[in-house]
Amino acid sequence: MRIPCPCCGWRDRREFTYYGHETFLHRPAPDAGAEAWDDYLHNRENPAGPTRDLWYHDPCGSWVVVARDTVTHAVAGGEGLA
Amino acid sequence: MSGGWRIPGRGAEIDRARPLRFRFDGRDMEGFAGDTLASALMAAGVRVVGRSFKYHRPRGVMTAGAEEPNALVEVIEGPQQTPNVRATVQELYGGLQARSQNRWPGLSFDALAVNDFLHPFLGAGFYYKTFMWPRQFWERVYEPLIRRAAGLGSLSGRADEGEYEKAYAFCDLLVIGAGPAGLMAALRAGRAGADVILAEADTQLGGRLLADLPEIGGQGARDWLAGVRAELAALPNVRVMTRTTVTGAHDGGTYGALERVGLHLADPGDLPRECFWRIVAKRAVMATGALERPIAHPGNDRPGVMLAGAIPAYVNRWGVAPGRRVVIFGNNDSALSAARALTAAGIEVAACVDPRPEAAVLEEFPVYRAAQVVGTRGRMGLHTVQVRHAGGLSEVQADVLGLSGGWNPTLHLACHMNGRPQWDDRIAGFVPREGMVRGLTAAGAAAGRFSTSQCLDDGARAAGEALAAMDMAAPEVTPPAAEDAPYGIAPFWAVDARGRAWLDFANDVTTKDVAQAALEGFASVEHMKRYTTQGMAPDQGKNSNTAALAVLADATGQSIPETGTTTFRPPFVPVSIAALGAGARGKGFAPERRLTSDAQTRAMGAPMIEAGLWYRPSYFPRAGETTWRESCDREVTMVRGAVGVCDVSTLGKIDVQGPDAGRYLDFLYTGRMSSLKPGRIRYGLMLREDGHVMDDGTCARLGEGHFLVTTTTAAAGQVMRHMDFVQQGFCADWALRFASVTEHWAQFALAGPKARDLLNTLLDQPVSAESLPFMACQPVSMAGVRGRLFRISFSGALGYEVAVPARYGAALFARLVEGAEALGGGAYGMEALNVMRIEKGFITHAEIDGRVTAFDLGMQRMVSAAKDCIGKPASERPGLMEDGRGQLVGLRPVDPSDAIDAGAPLYTAEAPARAASWQGHVTSAGYSPTLQGWLALGFLAGGRARHGEVVRIHDALRGRKLMARVCDPVFLDPEGRAMRG
Amino acid sequence: MRYSGLRVLAEGLRGNRGWRPAWRKPAPRPGYDAIIIGGGGHGLATAYYLARNHGLTNVAVLEKGWLGGGNIGRNTTIVRANYFLPGNSEFYSFSLKLWEGMERELNYNVMHSQRGLINLFHSDGQRDAFARRGNMMRAQGDDAVLLDREGVRRMLPRLDYEQARFPIYGGLYHPRGGTARHDAVAWGYARAADARGVDLIENCEVTGIDIRDGRVKGVQTTRGAIWAPKVGIVVAGRSSQVAAMAGMRLPIESHVLQAFVTEGLKPALDHVVSFGMGHFYISQSDKGGLVFGGDLDFYASYAARGNLPMVEHVMEAGMTLMPMIGRAKVLRSWGGIMDMSPDGSPVIDRTGVEGLYVNCGWNYGGFKAVPASGWSMAHLMATGQPWHDAAHFRLDRFRTGRGLMDEEGTGAQHNLH
Repeated sequence: MRIPCPCCGWRDRREFTYYGHETFLHRPAPDAGAEAWDDYLHNRENPAGPTRDLWYHDPCGSWVVVARDTVTHAVAGGEGLA
Repeated sequence: MSGGWRIPGRGAEIDRARPLRFRFDGRDMEGFAGDTLASALMAAGVRVVGRSFKYHRPRGVMTAGAEEPNALVEVIEGPQQTPNVRATVQELYGGLQARSQNRWPGLSFDALAVNDFLHPFLGAGFYYKTFMWPRQFWERVYEPLIRRAAGLGSLSGRADEGEYEKAYAFCDLLVIGAGPAGLMAALRAGRAGADVILAEADTQLGGRLLADLPEIGGQGARDWLAGVRAELAALPNVRVMTRTTVTGAHDGGTYGALERVGLHLADPGDLPRECFWRIVAKRAVMATGALERPIAHPGNDRPGVMLAGAIPAYVNRWGVAPGRRVVIFGNNDSALSAARALTAAGIEVAACVDPRPEAAVLEEFPVYRAAQVVGTRGRMGLHTVQVRHAGGLSEVQADVLGLSGGWNPTLHLACHMNGRPQWDDRIAGFVPREGMVRGLTAAGAAAGRFSTSQCLDDGARAAGEALAAMDMAAPEVTPPAAEDAPYGIAPFWAVDARGRAWLDFANDVTTKDVAQAALEGFASVEHMKRYTTQGMAPDQGKNSNTAALAVLADATGQSIPETGTTTFRPPFVPVSIAALGAGARGKGFAPERRLTSDAQTRAMGAPMIEAGLWYRPSYFPRAGETTWRESCDREVTMVRGAVGVCDVSTLGKIDVQGPDAGRYLDFLYTGRMSSLKPGRIRYGLMLREDGHVMDDGTCARLGEGHFLVTTTTAAAGQVMRHMDFVQQGFCADWALRFASVTEHWAQFALAGPKARDLLNTLLDQPVSAESLPFMACQPVSMAGVRGRLFRISFSGALGYEVAVPARYGAALFARLVEGAEALGGGAYGMEALNVMRIEKGFITHAEIDGRVTAFDLGMQRMVSAAKDCIGKPASERPGLMEDGRGQLVGLRPVDPSDAIDAGAPLYTAEAPARAASWQGHVTSAGYSPTLQGWLALGFLAGGRARHGEVVRIHDALRGRKLMARVCDPVFLDPEGRAMRG
Repeated sequence: MRYSGLRVLAEGLRGNRGWRPAWRKPAPRPGYDAIIIGGGGHGLATAYYLARNHGLTNVAVLEKGWLGGGNIGRNTTIVRANYFLPGNSEFYSFSLKLWEGMERELNYNVMHSQRGLINLFHSDGQRDAFARRGNMMRAQGDDAVLLDREGVRRMLPRLDYEQARFPIYGGLYHPRGGTARHDAVAWGYARAADARGVDLIENCEVTGIDIRDGRVKGVQTTRGAIWAPKVGIVVAGRSSQVAAMAGMRLPIESHVLQAFVTEGLKPALDHVVSFGMGHFYISQSDKGGLVFGGDLDFYASYAARGNLPMVEHVMEAGMTLMPMIGRAKVLRSWGGIMDMSPDGSPVIDRTGVEGLYVNCGWNYGGFKAVPASGWSMAHLMATGQPWHDAAHFRLDRFRTGRGLMDEEGTGAQHNLH
């Protein structure tokens, strides 16, 4: 599997650390309430198909949102967070 | 062919001028350079080469390739041995030693052949129905017996000391297989200038051409091959890799491939045995050919029964005749071609048996039409074939029976990504669909196109398509003219006659087993496979899956496509663990991180322990000390009374700079860092976003917009990743930058009442208690070397940490140790460090084990109420703030002579040692020479309110019971006078 | 039809023509008292215990493919009870007791082999963590022995004790741990459930869950609508998709875990070995193949297949731990789809919909849980109350933070457990 890094281009999967769904980028307000925080931290659509998830390119320190398919493992592309 | 088994004038691949001695089952034999072990054994007249898995029936060589189910042997190299080596792939070398396997005491007499007579009771799934009584007998009696009878070859039990390698390669086009289709594909892409890798599992290019020797472009096959080989060798953009089997298709155009580098050499020298390649290709052409399939008829597993197409391979490639009189039994035209080829080579074809009523009859050998082989005779070697035909039953004398039930495209790689092939009636077999693996196209026989001419055309086509897909020009090529006979076949899988007919030779699965599975309801193909073990042997069903599917379809009254197909999984051929794990043996598994003080530390005799891939000293033994405890006690006492030096460079260091650095750190830490004054240090906690403690450490403000964050050794990587996420994800527009500088600095702790004295012997500008107060930092220089000085303490003693660029680390450590020793101190290791931090109630990852909160640690006050930070909202979940949670406490034995072990459970004084009354556990424990007794930290349910209570420590695992008194986790100097002094 | 050695003998003498299907192939009826979605190990066990413990036999198991085709058919077959956190500890302890009676209970030889499991440790800190675990196991009434290096060497003489990157300090030995023949567990429960009247319906995919006024009414399937007042979702690997039919979002992310088997070998390893520093565990099957696995591939996936980086990592771990296996050849690899939960522990609970129950989140510990999971799920569905040894497996623990069971201590990141 090869993942696109915004700094380094397409690199082997073994250079990356996976975090989870891009949900993690959408941090609720501190006082958003228990449900919102439960959804943010735990509950997931967990799609069987296209998804967008977070990968960290260890050599350069870039976080990447990768557009991927969880069934075929096809990687459509990726973009940095900034 | 007088007497011997070699055929004069045949065998282009052997060098008759280079005889090679080898040994099989203790017998010395001779073959030629270029032989495989199988061809050499055949030439030596060896017919039985192995015993079958379950019934221990004698078996002979069946194929001429990696799909071989029978001829699996152990190859011996001194005390080492390699089990389950395919004799059909293993090349002969001088001195090769091989041994048959799965037999006892020997190949010709095998005691477990008794299983063959018991076969009515050993059918599909018999073991699920018995061996249940009495219960204890499974582990004690039945299982050991089954385990000993099962299995194939043996490992030596010794570490594999062989050399193995892994490598990467990149290309535009990977061509898998160098038969006619693959060669044309490589030629066309190579001429077009593409980067091409041509991977061929065999020892040389040619594929089926080597066995069949058809005419190509008016030339003999070998002449044509020589021309192609020369052209490819002359193209600098084409890399030809022989002895290289592509084993798997993976995501992103990545292919695994195993190269047999030194396995064919008597003395491989520096060469590795095998190399595992990761090949990344933009496109791939799967020109892997086709595999012939046998026919299930009674007695089809005798030594001498082979695949029809394998016979010309032995004749033409290695000049060896598998027998003197051959019967061919086939349902397709390739069987007739094989028979003709044998006749041409001077081998007598006693009969050709064809189940098709319309089969041609005008041949140089008898052809039985609408006929079937219904039985064989010859336990240790075939001698009679029973043929049923319109005229009745005939017995034909023959020592070889060649079977051809048709050909299956070798489409395994295309299935590695879960794609399912489709049934093609034209060839009565499965063919790959387009797009099963992105970027991979099948060509030639692998796509179900079987004539040489079709293969040549199809290879050129596939390369053209691949080039077009890569936007590369694809100059037209005209494939040479070649044989283009139509492939006639009538599906025929199993003979309806009495007796056992084998499907899976390697796992001893017969048609009866499949029928029985269907009878018992295991009628889906996956159930049948798992119930009978069909297709799960070393050949992974390469010889049998399609026929088994057909037999199952017949038993369930469905068509084959309705019945389905099984999934092929990587690897295509078995790959040694050593090749896939190359480089990891011994210390190679993970990097070794060494301190700048490493050499001196080892020279001082310190045993090293592992921490976050670093090696750190456990303790520094001195003359007369015989146990680690003596050294540890002395080091603690030394620090408490004089001064100690400890390398703390392993702590993670992250340099944070920019106008928004303080604001950013406020968001990371539970406490506020933006209010820290330059030159000051603050202890901080970081939470995970789920509210639990991630890590702790100090944060020093080196300048207005310049901070230095330290992490624990273990969490350094995690914290860096986390900081990057928080910054890039939540505050990307803030003005700050940071970088890990862990390896850039060597940092040493100086601890003890004489720490300042020691320090001042080195500093160009001495410091005083007042000039650098506790939790302050400043730049320093030592003999002109600029460094950083932090007044912090992890021991509770007066303490400093001094950092210098890593290149000065070794020198500074030497000076510090020397200076410390002069002051009555010295170096100390992890054991003493651990005891001292327990004395002070300081936490490590023994306490912050990922399940605890600031509340549990009694550090809730460090979570600023005035601001948000990562983890704060989730840490306020009600379940994380309950008084019944385990809370950090100190523990001291009631009887001062008692010791405490970390990991021991806590119970109330009266409660039994049962899970239901579990109250907590000890996280850290150590003997304090300062306080003359054992101290421990632990988590106790509601522990903060239980100081003074006596609890029971019942360590059932280590047989230790004691009573301990709960106390505050800070045992020594709770006001911190020593470190502030 | 009762199975026994005698029966095998008698049928063998009659040409093995007298065997009967292990289970019926019924067409779905219009309605049942309870429906289990998912014909894997957990679903089949749930159906069996509904019939056995609660007399509920008008039950259907709906399986979209073939019975036992999920993770029960693609795991490394390890059975153990070595958890240390309250909630998990008692549950797996109970499960192991059910395993120990399974063959007689089901009249099916699942080849449960208590050959002993050894967890290696490589530092004092790891030893302390295993001591905590072992003490909890003992306190739970299970067995655990702390071995030093020489103790490990006596049991596992063929590990690398001299050169390994992570020297072996000792191990936690769990004598009752072991392995079982994974497919046989599914078949055994299927056959026994069928014998008690449960309808096992294969090739029947659930496409919708009918809910009215907050109550479950039944399911829509590829073989028509089926009515039932109680429905259990037992589909680890597809939990999120099926729960979505009921409008639920689960705390689950699906990940691939690969496993491997070598060609058959004569006995080379008598125990199950777990090498935590390398995320590697290995045993040898009765057929002779070394069966081993490692960590997740770490990215969300439903592909049931992984990639080379983890393959190689697993082999590398094997080579540093026991280089004597170097010449064994990997025959086949496969991947299971793991329901990864935020604390690494499962859910067996009611949902917001009355009559609808969910059993999910087994991470990669599902195989050994099969009997207790089925027992507990059946109890919950039949009585509406959690079974006491599974009472911690609540869905709301993530929201409240109460009773989290994070054995790895890695926190709310699904792939880290």
